[in-house]
Amino acid sequence: MTIARSPERGKAAAVAPWQEFHRRHVLDLDDFSSEEIEQVLTTAGAMSEVLGRRIRKVPTLRGRTIVTLFLEPSTRTRASFEQAGKVLSADVINLSGSESSVKKGESLVDTAKTLEALGADVLVMRHPMSGAPNLVARATGLRVVNAGDGWHAHPTQALLDLFTIRQRLGRVDRLTVLIVGDILHSRVARSNIWGLTKLGARVVLCGPPTLMPSQALAAFAAAGQRLSIEPDLEHAIPQADVIMTLRLQKERMDSGFLPSMREYAALYQINDQRLARAKPAALVMHPGPMNAGVEISHEVAHGPRSLVETQVTNGVAVRMAILYLLAATGEDA
Amino acid sequence: MSNSILIRGGRIIDPSQGMDATGDLLIRDGVVAALKAGGGLPAPAGTPVVDARGLIVTPGFVDLHAHLRQPGFEEKENIATGTRAAARGGFTTLCCMPNTEPAIDSRATIEFILATAKSAGLVRVWPIAAVTVGRQGKQLTEMAELAAAGAVAFSDDGSPVADARLMRSALAYCTRLGLPISDHCEDPVLARGVMHEGGVSSRLGLPGSPAAAEDVMVARDIMLAEVTGGRVHIAHLSTAGAVDLVRQAKAKRLPVTAEAAPHHLTLTDEWVAGGQHLTGHAGSVVHAGCGPAYDTNCKVNPPLRSKEHVEAVIEGLREGVIDAIATDHAPHTVTDKLCEFENAAYGITGLETALGSVLSLVHQSRISLPALVDRLTWGPAKIIDHAKIGIGTLRPGAPGDVAVFDPDAEWQVDAQAFASKGKNTPLHGERLRGAIVVTVFAGTLVHDARSKGKRS
Repeated sequence: MTIARSPERGKAAAVAPWQEFHRRHVLDLDDFSSEEIEQVLTTAGAMSEVLGRRIRKVPTLRGRTIVTLFLEPSTRTRASFEQAGKVLSADVINLSGSESSVKKGESLVDTAKTLEALGADVLVMRHPMSGAPNLVARATGLRVVNAGDGWHAHPTQALLDLFTIRQRLGRVDRLTVLIVGDILHSRVARSNIWGLTKLGARVVLCGPPTLMPSQALAAFAAAGQRLSIEPDLEHAIPQADVIMTLRLQKERMDSGFLPSMREYAALYQINDQRLARAKPAALVMHPGPMNAGVEISHEVAHGPRSLVETQVTNGVAVRMAILYLLAATGEDA
Repeated sequence: MSNSILIRGGRIIDPSQGMDATGDLLIRDGVVAALKAGGGLPAPAGTPVVDARGLIVTPGFVDLHAHLRQPGFEEKENIATGTRAAARGGFTTLCCMPNTEPAIDSRATIEFILATAKSAGLVRVWPIAAVTVGRQGKQLTEMAELAAAGAVAFSDDGSPVADARLMRSALAYCTRLGLPISDHCEDPVLARGVMHEGGVSSRLGLPGSPAAAEDVMVARDIMLAEVTGGRVHIAHLSTAGAVDLVRQAKAKRLPVTAEAAPHHLTLTDEWVAGGQHLTGHAGSVVHAGCGPAYDTNCKVNPPLRSKEHVEAVIEGLREGVIDAIATDHAPHTVTDKLCEFENAAYGITGLETALGSVLSLVHQSRISLPALVDRLTWGPAKIIDHAKIGIGTLRPGAPGDVAVFDPDAEWQVDAQAFASKGKNTPLHGERLRGAIVVTVFAGTLVHDARSKGKRS
């Protein structure tokens, strides 16, 4: 199979990439080595090539069953995993909260054990509570991919962000990435802090004090000196090579974190005026879904510096890479 | 059958009389008959002898805070299993909390608990009644009748008495009864998290409850104790701020006492992340993979705190700012804990690991052995033994309640082997140093870990 080859050399590699990937689950990037991240990004590069073909289908995961269990709404992540599985010829079963027996009061562990008994090889799960994928990974024999859990982690989003940054800027190492917004409630921010710092980037967090995690620097102490906090966006913007802005949820106003969307936008919106003070080559990212006009202006979201759509496209390649590395057996290679 | 037991040659530590000496202890007809430093106590012929050479002999431990779950939640625990766990842990007096179903807010429920304890229990059970009807925080219970029926304190444990005016009333009303109100101090609005708010909660993405949520409620209760003269007992104190507040209150001679749980003295919030190390051992460990991160057995209320808080609570215990070690034994079923962290029940089962846990503080020279024994025996007894029946002491005439333990015996915690129905402990698989050998309750051997061959 083509994707078992190293794309650079164009000949069969002695060892298929999945054979060198020794991980059963992808729960977060905190325990990934930089080598493992590189391995995923390299594999995603090969997958990207598959997606560029006229017929986007390879038999790599034929006979493997992937279940997506989304207990929280999602458009892009879910569709992205489904597409990734289908391009790789896996059987993909999609379950959501309203369809699954979770709604009938079945425990998460029992639901997951049922899916395991039905023959699922990989469970891709999204859950509103932090740590739920860790529970399933511990309590079942399933291979678990975390597609977002509570405020905790969204590792495939961070991997696709790394892939996108490297694709556009050639490297991640020594770049300064500014993450703006509701860091407290953001699993995207958490996973990106791990991923970016492991690959050598400097990460600056910026957001309202009420939406900054308690003792954030201590929390990510393992990220070391590469992580800092800059409360003032005007000071943070000029340093950034990449500006990642996060979705602001309306509930934050009701629960007293912020006075109004209007004041938030005035202080933290990424717009042309602010971008004028950024480095000329600085790029803008957003994990979606966007509130255009709140955390990002419509012009910037759809302007030349925006990587939003590229992120979505790369998401499929990165998720193909993850599914392949976890589920391939080589039988169809 | 003999009605005596002679405990011979142990190091007898009885803080109630300032005793720390090797000697003999004779229990006869259910009470302490004689105590003799240096040994050589004569015993009637045929008296069973517990050879306590090399062991520590103390009054039976007094637990101010246990959840026995009966009536209402018998799948988690009942009085029979809970008191058996107590006997294994060296406890001979348990104060049981009223968050049962129905809550302990009527004479009938108290009588049921006392009757069940008498017929099925292995140790003494003293009920703590609810402050408010149904623990709803609205209407005071009939405290005088409950006290007459046998309640030794009042508490809405699990919840604080959130309404300050009601708390003031309860404290004022209690002054004529002389009983304390044991308050679960957490501002319910500030404490909306599921673990301690700090670096670890931030890393795990779990909602945190700040230490300040406890501090503000402790401060409020102390001020209300001052206003009313009512006795406030701070349940499961867990923060550095609360230690300071209680220290100040005691300096002002206010009627304020406090307890701390073994887990708040030995475990930190890193345990939730799977960075498992007993305090004083290795440093922080970042969790890896699916490991034990989000261990629901570490979910407890108030939460396991960060190291600075644990250090301050240990210091408070050493100084005596904290009067008692109370287990907050909170058994739960597997189902209650085998779920998402945010959905999991709060609580740690603690009676059978309490001694081994807190002895680590002695082994690390954080507190002396006699001081630790005081906090397990005489400290809590002074708070709760209103009728002065003599718990927590080995003075002649006191109930024959004795704990005999080996402070150095190493053992591995096996939750499945607990007498408690609750297997929910983060210590499963950990090695503890210090184990109960014999527990005597009212002159009866209720736990005996010696080999069969040696049994008298």
